[in-house]
Amino acid sequence: MTIDSGATAWVLVSAALVLFMTPGLAFFYGGMVRSKNVLGMLMQNIFAMGLITILWAAVGFSLAFGGSGKYFGNFDFFFLKDVANIPALPGYVGDFALIIPPLAFVAYQMMFAIITPALITGATADRMKFSAYCILIGVWAVVVYPTVAHWVFSPNGWLFQKGALDFAGGAVVHINAGAAALAVVLVLGKRRGWPREAMPPHNLPFTVLGTGILWFGWFGFNAGSALAANGLAAQALINTQLAAASGMIAWLIIEKIKAGHATTLGAASGAVAGLVAITPCAGFVGGAAPILIGFITGFVCYLCLTLKTKFGFDDSLDVIAVHLIGGLAGSLLLGLFADKAINGLGADGLFFGGGADLLGKQAIASAATFAFSFIVTYVVAKILDGTIGIRVTPENELIGLDQSQHAETAYQA
Amino acid sequence: MKLITAIVKPFKLDDVKDALKAIGIQGMTVSEVRGFGRQGGHSETYRGAEYTIEFVPKVRLELVIEDNDVDNVISAIRTAANTGKIGDGKVWITSVERLIRIRTGEEGRDAI
Repeated sequence: MTIDSGATAWVLVSAALVLFMTPGLAFFYGGMVRSKNVLGMLMQNIFAMGLITILWAAVGFSLAFGGSGKYFGNFDFFFLKDVANIPALPGYVGDFALIIPPLAFVAYQMMFAIITPALITGATADRMKFSAYCILIGVWAVVVYPTVAHWVFSPNGWLFQKGALDFAGGAVVHINAGAAALAVVLVLGKRRGWPREAMPPHNLPFTVLGTGILWFGWFGFNAGSALAANGLAAQALINTQLAAASGMIAWLIIEKIKAGHATTLGAASGAVAGLVAITPCAGFVGGAAPILIGFITGFVCYLCLTLKTKFGFDDSLDVIAVHLIGGLAGSLLLGLFADKAINGLGADGLFFGGGADLLGKQAIASAATFAFSFIVTYVVAKILDGTIGIRVTPENELIGLDQSQHAETAYQA
Repeated sequence: MKLITAIVKPFKLDDVKDALKAIGIQGMTVSEVRGFGRQGGHSETYRGAEYTIEFVPKVRLELVIEDNDVDNVISAIRTAANTGKIGDGKVWITSVERLIRIRTGEEGRDAI
């Protein structure tokens, strides 16, 4: 294996960029909750950085990238045993040979494993017991995330071998987390008073700050997924920027038409929707495609905001509308816009002479990810609910998570 | 002696204070309050969902004055706080039984 110093430097920096997205997400969500729950939200996100780091080193990486199984990894890399000295990670040979040290890959992938379950916190805001949250994401980070990462990211995984494409985690991160969010919300139930009572965001400046951090970190997320410092990384970076911009513009246009004002929360939400959509596509599309992908997804996500009130599930901060729907939109649009001229290891989509073949594979990968994540998460949440309880008491919900779960207050009077 | 209580729009506070000082009023107490009257609240939209915010921010002034200043004070407040739009607030007058300055123990008009 030849180690390329430029590629290594970029992936190391990208790992730091992706890590930074989790506190960014904390502020993005933290601004949207009521002031009595802001520390609860920040804590759930920041704690993912503590817990999942250890779990990833212990077994997560090994279950995602160890062994040559099609469906599951193995325990060969238990506590990162032998990773530093291995000539090549399983499957990463030939066209897929890495030009970075395996430990750089471990660190980079770790940051994805951290932020993915953290995305769930937006759906379960204001009412989940901290103890139940810790167990849920702990189990999730060992059972759900590495399995889906193995299927989709590892060259040995069945969806990878089937030819489904996911450059940086449209399925592995966004559909996966969105499906889990839906499952937990169904077990957890609605916030007391929702939707009758107004629960407006307590600090939108935090949300805008968080959006800036997420957008910045997303360059590491998407362009870092080239695992090299080359033209493909540059393509992924420019695609990321274009989709964020067009997602924002689309959201604001439809919001202005339907609700009367272009809002800061709308600008933030639209940018994130565009970023979610471009995630699977970033290294497989070019030209105007990223602009169209961001634009279409901005519209679609906005229109899906009303699903929760229509079906009565309290997806508090719209994780399903933005991440599940945005992830699905990006994964499926890739089936239309993928272009082999951009990435020879990719495929041609419907609009580039490849027929519906890729679209079908994208649909299978999306459906498999959704089903696995939803079912396992639902079972884990149900078990938690039947044992230690997944939801805070009504009194504690009224007091807020900050005081009831952490004995703290964010803003002293 | 009378207690004057006035609820005004927050951005009118400085104008009201200056008008009262100009007619010789030497002190007042101000608090930030929320409430609604005929103006009602306003609506805000977050991700397409519209919320009615019923309690709007207002400022409450309290000052104790001599009986014969009442008309001057009312007209000063009315002139300074008036925008002509709904939501300008209210002034009301309450009789005060006793008034004592804590430091000196002076009572009544000497304590104003």
